[in-house]
Amino acid sequence: MAEIEDKLLTHIATLARLSLSEAETRWLAHDLGDILKYAESLKDIELEGVPPMSHATEGERFRPDEARHELTREQALQNAPDQEAGLFRVPQVIGG
Amino acid sequence: MSTLTWLGAGEIAAAIKAKKTSAMEVVEAHLLRIAQKDGAVGAFLARADETARAEAQGIDARLARGEDPGPLAGVPIAVKDVMHVHGLPTTCGSRILKGFAPPYEATVVTRLKNAGAIVLGKLNMDEFAMGSSNENSAYGVVRNPWDETRVPGGSSGGSAAAVASGFAAMALGSDTGGSIRQPAAFCGVVGLKPTYGRVSRYGLVAFASSLDQIGPVTRSCSDAALALSVIAGPDEHDATSSHRATDDYRAAVSLSTPGLRIGVPRDFLKEGVDGSVMAEFEKTIGALEADGARIVDVALPHARHAIATYYLVATAEASSNLARFDGVRYGLRADSTASRATLKDMYGETRDAGFGAEVKRRIILGTFVLSSGYYDAYYLRAQKVRTLIRRDFEAAFASCDLIATPTTPSPAFKLGEKTANPLEMYLADVFTVPANLAGIPGISVPCGFANGLPVGLQFVGPAFAETTLLRAGSAVERLMGVAGRRPPL
Repeated sequence: MAEIEDKLLTHIATLARLSLSEAETRWLAHDLGDILKYAESLKDIELEGVPPMSHATEGERFRPDEARHELTREQALQNAPDQEAGLFRVPQVIGG
Repeated sequence: MSTLTWLGAGEIAAAIKAKKTSAMEVVEAHLLRIAQKDGAVGAFLARADETARAEAQGIDARLARGEDPGPLAGVPIAVKDVMHVHGLPTTCGSRILKGFAPPYEATVVTRLKNAGAIVLGKLNMDEFAMGSSNENSAYGVVRNPWDETRVPGGSSGGSAAAVASGFAAMALGSDTGGSIRQPAAFCGVVGLKPTYGRVSRYGLVAFASSLDQIGPVTRSCSDAALALSVIAGPDEHDATSSHRATDDYRAAVSLSTPGLRIGVPRDFLKEGVDGSVMAEFEKTIGALEADGARIVDVALPHARHAIATYYLVATAEASSNLARFDGVRYGLRADSTASRATLKDMYGETRDAGFGAEVKRRIILGTFVLSSGYYDAYYLRAQKVRTLIRRDFEAAFASCDLIATPTTPSPAFKLGEKTANPLEMYLADVFTVPANLAGIPGISVPCGFANGLPVGLQFVGPAFAETTLLRAGSAVERLMGVAGRRPPL
């Protein structure tokens, strides 16, 4: 899988919620092809029985699951691009 | 030029406490140096001159009352713009977070302030810490103080350049694949990436959560030890922060070399390293051996796969972490005037307008490796290779206390030299990335110069062996005589 087609890239961009221009789609497809080709070297490594490693911690310690008031509503909304009545306002969600 | 801007953090705190100078004098000297020289460097994205003066006044007042403001009394510091500081914006070097006012503060910043440190401002960086040259910042490049036509490294380019330029005695950086150590090497300063979990990540904007670590950039190992002694330790706000007891980092820098077993992975260094860098590296290894260290051959057979592994793992995590930048709760929202625009349109347009090229590249790669049909072949495979890379280190540390390599394959490269070829840029991190994958600590210390440009030597050690790294790093400082050299800025 060394080549990435524009069609596949468009699909990935949709999953990633990126509205790419045609030019961006083209150069990203090219760069990704290069990077994945480089990553082909991993295919020759013997991995039978090797467990995946997802983190390097010695085990997390969780605090008790208790409700706390860390941020006020005003603080939570202070950076909102759009808000109304103490809520985040967004464009139409369904249809369109 | 004031000599105050070239004192170390420990020296500044001692001088202020001994009333040889005041916190105000120290802060003014640094603000003046920044005002005169940062136009040429571009390290700062936000300045806090007035609050810094007020803090300095507070420190001086406490001393006058006979109180002890802490081990960093009056020490001017600056913070990579990926960590939250009360009263200052956090942009992460991105358009999408322009003007973001953080509602809380990073634990590391609060701890440094509580120890008496004074924050002078926020530092430039590659957007979302993605880059090796600081050229990916939406707010302009940073120039290397040793040669203004060259990059300072990245992603903590502003942090390394600021400390090297005498703008701050200490800076905070973050290191996901080398982002503290590589710019430290390029700018001729000390950069420490602690063990994963040693330092709280609370208040650090996440890039790749299983790899990110915060650490100090300083002009000496003793200052790195001082910084670590303040910021290390558990934090209830970060469930991945370790509860293991911290060590006496400050005592470690005065321990001697004899008895230290230093591993050199010869096979890993065979290809792709500049001759000038290799010459300084060999000279340093020779000096350490003459000083009583034992040099042993070690093998890291999977280390050459680290870059590929890293770019599959880190981008997967990044694509997930950066999903939160969607124009709803904070940051940029694309001004879609189309009356029928939906939420989905707004997401896509906001993210396309807000993110720069490298960030898009990594989000796309990360989304791809996690997507249905490709997950096993890329992401899962990379996670397994990550296990092998960690096992290599475990095996190597059976016969040595730490491992030495050059920090980077070359000294600082020219601005624009690698921007057209992402893969070539990624290879600048070939020696630093393995430590992040394994979760182990690494330090870069200046060991020599090649054509007037600093060369860094990296030590990596077993998890929680920061004391060993600081001990070896201070030996390099003592033996090579290049620490504390000032750039021609």
